[in-house]
Amino acid sequence: MADTISSDVAIRREPRFAWFRQLLRDPLGCFGLVLVLLIIFSAIGADIIAPHDYKALDVKSRLAGPSWDHLLGTDNLGRDTFSRILHGGQIALYVALVSVGSSLLLGLVLGMLAGYGPSWLDNLLMWFFDSVRAFPVIMFALAVITVVGPSLETIIFVVIVTTTPGYARIARASTLATKSTEFILAERALGAGVPRIMFSHLVPNIVQPLLILASMDIPVVITIEAGLSFLGLGVKPPTPSWGSILNDGYGFIRNTPWLVIAGGIPLIITTLGFTFLGEALRDVLDPKLKKDR
Amino acid sequence: MNDRHDTVLEVRDLSVDFLTGRGTVRALRHVDLTVPDNRIVGIVGESGCGKSTLINSVLRLLAANAVVTESSSVVFKGRDVLAMSPADLRGIRGQEISMVFQDPMTALNPVISIGTQMTDILYRLDMSMADKRRLATDMLGQVGIPDPAQRLADYPHQFSGGMRQRICIAMALMMNPGLLIADEPTTALDVTLEAQIIHLMKDLCARFGCSMLFVSHNLGLIAELCDEVVVMYAGEVVEQGEVHDLFHRAQHPYTRMLLDCDPARIAEKRRDLPTISGSVPDLIDLPRGCIFAPRCPERYAPCSDSAPSTYDVNAVHQARCFQVRDA
Amino acid sequence: MLFYTIKRFGLAILIVCLAMLMLLSAIHLVPGDPAGIALGPRATPEMRAEFRALMGMDQPFFVQYFRFLGNVVTGDLGVDVWSRRPVSTMIGEQLPHTIALAMAGLGWAIVLGIPMGCYSAVHRNSVLDKLTGVLSVGCIAIPSFIVGLYALLLFAVELKIFPEIGAGDAGDIEDQLVHLVLPGLAVGLGWVGYLARFVRTSMLEVMGENHIRMARAYGLSNRRITYVYALKLAILPTVALLGVGVGSLISGAVFAEIIFARPGIGKMVVDAVNTRNYPIVMGGVLVTTMLFALSTLISDLIAAWLDPRIRQGL
Repeated sequence: MADTISSDVAIRREPRFAWFRQLLRDPLGCFGLVLVLLIIFSAIGADIIAPHDYKALDVKSRLAGPSWDHLLGTDNLGRDTFSRILHGGQIALYVALVSVGSSLLLGLVLGMLAGYGPSWLDNLLMWFFDSVRAFPVIMFALAVITVVGPSLETIIFVVIVTTTPGYARIARASTLATKSTEFILAERALGAGVPRIMFSHLVPNIVQPLLILASMDIPVVITIEAGLSFLGLGVKPPTPSWGSILNDGYGFIRNTPWLVIAGGIPLIITTLGFTFLGEALRDVLDPKLKKDR
Repeated sequence: MNDRHDTVLEVRDLSVDFLTGRGTVRALRHVDLTVPDNRIVGIVGESGCGKSTLINSVLRLLAANAVVTESSSVVFKGRDVLAMSPADLRGIRGQEISMVFQDPMTALNPVISIGTQMTDILYRLDMSMADKRRLATDMLGQVGIPDPAQRLADYPHQFSGGMRQRICIAMALMMNPGLLIADEPTTALDVTLEAQIIHLMKDLCARFGCSMLFVSHNLGLIAELCDEVVVMYAGEVVEQGEVHDLFHRAQHPYTRMLLDCDPARIAEKRRDLPTISGSVPDLIDLPRGCIFAPRCPERYAPCSDSAPSTYDVNAVHQARCFQVRDA
Repeated sequence: MLFYTIKRFGLAILIVCLAMLMLLSAIHLVPGDPAGIALGPRATPEMRAEFRALMGMDQPFFVQYFRFLGNVVTGDLGVDVWSRRPVSTMIGEQLPHTIALAMAGLGWAIVLGIPMGCYSAVHRNSVLDKLTGVLSVGCIAIPSFIVGLYALLLFAVELKIFPEIGAGDAGDIEDQLVHLVLPGLAVGLGWVGYLARFVRTSMLEVMGENHIRMARAYGLSNRRITYVYALKLAILPTVALLGVGVGSLISGAVFAEIIFARPGIGKMVVDAVNTRNYPIVMGGVLVTTMLFALSTLISDLIAAWLDPRIRQGL
């Protein structure tokens, strides 16, 4: 208890990077950070690190196990799995960044509208958010894919629709809480316009919880992309995705275990990394939310 | 101390520290307290003076960061509670020493029926469930719950606050304990209920031959109910004695100021209520001399140099103040 | 309680209707011609028009929506585009398998998660508690299809302890249960973690309450305090949470059914997506959404019924 209080004070006194130093003190947070950095760098540097061209076929050594030449073996077409995984990371992070970023922005705007706008708009938006949450996400995705066909854009669209309500709810709650505080009333008395008030005062207050949610959402989004690609309803071949590597591996699971194992590892690293990092971030940035751990 | 009575509870040199992130909080220091047989002893003091820590130490219900110092002893009917095995301790709790808590609204489990909560306390008795329920019904009747047999199946939320405190008293006395500890049992209730509950407790204790340790910050209640009083300040006992003697011949400046502050005893009309100026000392960093010296209007030379020990005012009255020694 | 039940039931129906409105309008809004995608590039305009008329897609949006709702009420979910069998019959055949799978997942979660959470709360800050904490986060984070694939690889393909595929012989309960073990684990492992954390947090909260202190002061045994006095209260929010859990278990069930080649709604819908069988997909989505709403409703009602304060108050 006393620890929490003193660290809370520390954050206020040294706003710069104090939270970061505190994050480094949490072993699990550190572990998460390392995993996340590993994934990010391997995705960015995929072209340099990858020992083989991820599209290059080598039928003679197909479904090979790990060796010095093919660190994680090869797939059913003889393509180097390690190189494909590195490039698959690019797809995963691209989907995650684009869709989480868009949901965050969209949720922020919708949430502030709901919180600041008239009550009929608030009710309408809340009903909308509630009904989105009533779907099992995968089912919603499957329905949309049936109509528009599988593609990267479809995945991003589905993720945006299903994750936006989460951000909007937080933004709405914070807006409602901030709306009636005295400094906002004072600003309005001084004649400041609503948009000005929103962006200069509300946004800085809301951004932190939204970022925490975003870091927790990234692994969820990556899972959705990989899952749909695993079902063959995600990105189209020959674009490498962790999900489609798993799909190939599933098809040849009796011939070689390596493709399934190799396809799963980056997903485990990414989801664990972002989850541990997200939890540590939440504990550091928002001690109020800290679950007793 | 008083040869007319055998003692039920004898607390000797009890000191309790709490280990916190800020340092060691010395919550109780060298507390001595005696509860004679068939008597009611009141503990009075401001919030944070260590009343709760004291009664919690008697049943060893302290928080995990509490440390009871080696020299302490809490002897109940000849057995040291502090040295007991967990099994023996369980045998004491609720059976020989029982407790009525401050807030009856939260003291009962909301999802377990009153009957079950009562019969659970009787786990040590070798009797049939029907007999246990009959005993519980009888106790509920004695504390004035109408239609007790039907109400055993009810849950706490179906009773009012006063009724819940009556149920707690019934639970406390069900095993016919030697000592009942009451931790401000009426502060959460309104004034009309207060008198009823107090009289109920007094009557029942007399009927069951049970001693009582009664904690309160209400001096009026203490005066009405208790035979002896212990005044606590910042983790120390500053004055104790027979209730009549102590209230009429208070020796410690703190006790006198406490009496002056009691709204019930303020005779003349005045705009501001009397208060004790200054604040309770930091229990992590204690002053060298008397604990009350920084706030004491009658402070003189010896007070800030060394701590006073307990001095006899008369055979039934002691105070921890140099004035008594020097008088 | 009756009024509460009716109110919650009405709310659940309303949410399902709104969700379907949302889905239909999302489909309506996104660019693309379902008939074109369904029939392929070689379809003639006449064929597309006929397809649209068959699916009712030539009507205005709200007519489509209310006709859909009206059909749902009468149990008519349309027909399979290719085999022309009624979708409701097909769902009726597949649904029990999916429910059994979700229950198996829930079973894993309850059997492992609740004791883990209780243990952690009682032995707070012990080594095992910290280990459980990390383990639960891991369980929550790892995608269910990875759990499924690895479990299939390890226990079925390599070690051959459990069967690889299918739901087991129709008449043989034991065989069916054995076939549920691995898919259930895949579906439920994430919820093992959720439950362990949630139970721990709510147990710790309850353990700090006054009545627990009172129970201690009256010498009740630690076992009785933990497993009756505290757990009975801590379990209430957990039961409500389980309802939400069933919804995500159904999402996980899609993968488990594909991986273990089990019959079920998920497999039916994925197959239908691949063959552009629009009515089956819609039917599947509707049924799973209803299942989700229903399980949330049921668990809320159970939680309310378990709590005497609500049971007798409403």
